[in-house]
Amino acid sequence: MIEARDLTKRYGDKLAVDHLSFTVEPGRVTGFLGPNGAGKSTTMRLILGLDRPHSGTATINGRRYADLAQPLRTVGALLEARAMHTGRSAYNHLLFLAQTQGLPRSRVDQVLGLVGLTEVARKRTGGFSLGMGQRVGIAVALLGDPEILILDEPVNGLDPEGILWIRNLMKQLASEGRTVFVSSHLMNEMAVTADHLIVIGRGKLLAETSTQEFIERSSEKYVLVRSPDVAALADLIVAAGGKAEPENTAGGQTPALRVSNLDAPRIGEIAAADRIVLHELTPRLASLEEAYMELTADSLEYGLPAAGQPAPAAQPANSEPAPATTQGRTE
Amino acid sequence: MTSASPPVQATRPGSSETPAVSGVTGFGRLLLSEWTKIRSVRSTVWSLVLLVVLTLGFTGLFTWLTILQWDKSDPTQRAQIMADPVSTILGSGLEFGQLTICVLGVLVITSEYSTGVIRASLLAVPRRIPMLAAKALVFAVLVLIVGWLVTFPSFFLGAAILHSHAPVSISDPGVARAVFGAGLYLAVLGLFAMGIGGIIRHTAGAITGVIAFVLVLAPLTQLIPGKIGKYVHAYLPTEAGQLIGQAHQQADQVLSPWEGFGVFCLWTAVLLFIAGYLLKTRDA
Repeated sequence: MIEARDLTKRYGDKLAVDHLSFTVEPGRVTGFLGPNGAGKSTTMRLILGLDRPHSGTATINGRRYADLAQPLRTVGALLEARAMHTGRSAYNHLLFLAQTQGLPRSRVDQVLGLVGLTEVARKRTGGFSLGMGQRVGIAVALLGDPEILILDEPVNGLDPEGILWIRNLMKQLASEGRTVFVSSHLMNEMAVTADHLIVIGRGKLLAETSTQEFIERSSEKYVLVRSPDVAALADLIVAAGGKAEPENTAGGQTPALRVSNLDAPRIGEIAAADRIVLHELTPRLASLEEAYMELTADSLEYGLPAAGQPAPAAQPANSEPAPATTQGRTE
Repeated sequence: MTSASPPVQATRPGSSETPAVSGVTGFGRLLLSEWTKIRSVRSTVWSLVLLVVLTLGFTGLFTWLTILQWDKSDPTQRAQIMADPVSTILGSGLEFGQLTICVLGVLVITSEYSTGVIRASLLAVPRRIPMLAAKALVFAVLVLIVGWLVTFPSFFLGAAILHSHAPVSISDPGVARAVFGAGLYLAVLGLFAMGIGGIIRHTAGAITGVIAFVLVLAPLTQLIPGKIGKYVHAYLPTEAGQLIGQAHQQADQVLSPWEGFGVFCLWTAVLLFIAGYLLKTRDA
């Protein structure tokens, strides 16, 4: 179990972590979510004793990290992708860490096999791809067979196969009764991995809830209706007890409405009764990403310049070929 | 290779068997770990090879040049060499060879910061100071052994070349201590560089700092006039430390060989203490 109590860290006059309190329980994957610069990595570094808090405490099973006798046997951590000497082999990187904990060489071979790096174990890590480097990091985290895992953005830079592998690994570790604490800035990634969520922004706690609850609370159902005659349709929908909001559309596209409180068949019937032409009628779920963006919108460290309406991630209004944005959906 | 994901089903991350414990305990584990770190990067091997090559090479070259120009050289210089040949021999090669130890001493610590390994190290040894102590001990012993493997051959090489004009034997008073002491000097120099590396944390900056101490400061302090200049110069870390490589104290020298070495050790201890304090208190 990991406990943060009133944790505060200041860099110069900037508060990186602001009186943060939360508990990470064993037996489940706890997602640690927040925009870039929200203080996730700093919080993890405070828990691991790499940085000193200005006030507050972070404890692991009730003890400070520095007071753990053989810390790697209690806590396994993956911080940056590359925290290794490029000239040293993966085997030797793991070996020197194993030696500090009194772990035998056989354990090094074992974890290298676990992450599928046995063949390249003796090669210098400088030549490793990002994904392979990340796997060395996972091997380091698993080295002492720890009951607690702290993983900072473990899927960063991985290909889909690697992402799936880490996802399953985290679930499996949690099912074995371990505490798994994993940070991400991607809501969708956490929605499929985490059982529990801790959301922070600007170093402050925004939400601490189960993923299920977060999804239920924030997923809003609506129907997208596209029609050349939206004005007339909107009146009819409101008359039938629905709610209609104009949806942003790109120039040249048929105007659209976002309708709630009425289901798609009913909207179709209303339109048909008044002979209104429909170009589209699509039931939709507001993306989790949108809910998350809304939650963290006020706390963005480096907010984008406000361009009128906040453009939600799911459907960029101007349908430019969206580059692989940070909010890119993973599903 | 990159795309070959291991089968997830096979990854029982260890609940099946708890890792066994090896026989070594406590500080011994940290020594073993630091030894693995230091032997597993190429900069160590190259620096030490360079130490041997440069030192032996320059010892041979300079003692040979001394003999070549013997008749043309100034008589006071000749008298100086004849009075203390071991100092001439050791000084000629180590003056250059020592720079490799300065670089290596800095690198053993700054490379941990530049690569991020320091975080892995401190996660494994969160109390931090034992890690630094183990690193210092392993590195010092390594340099000491390689140092002796350099200073003794250097001496015998130089002595053989100088033999006709300034004969010297290992059994002459003070000579064995000087050759033995030159190895000690290298080991402490390594720690001195490591201390500065631990304080500055950046390779380039730390190497510049060490070189400034070793090569730049000494001629600068000689510009200070009078007795003050003489004393400041004598108490400079490497100026004092190098006295151990002389057979005996010369009339105009402030410190004896062992006193000089003691001053050097004191400098090094202070730097390591500061490095340890900063390691303990700074964010990693």
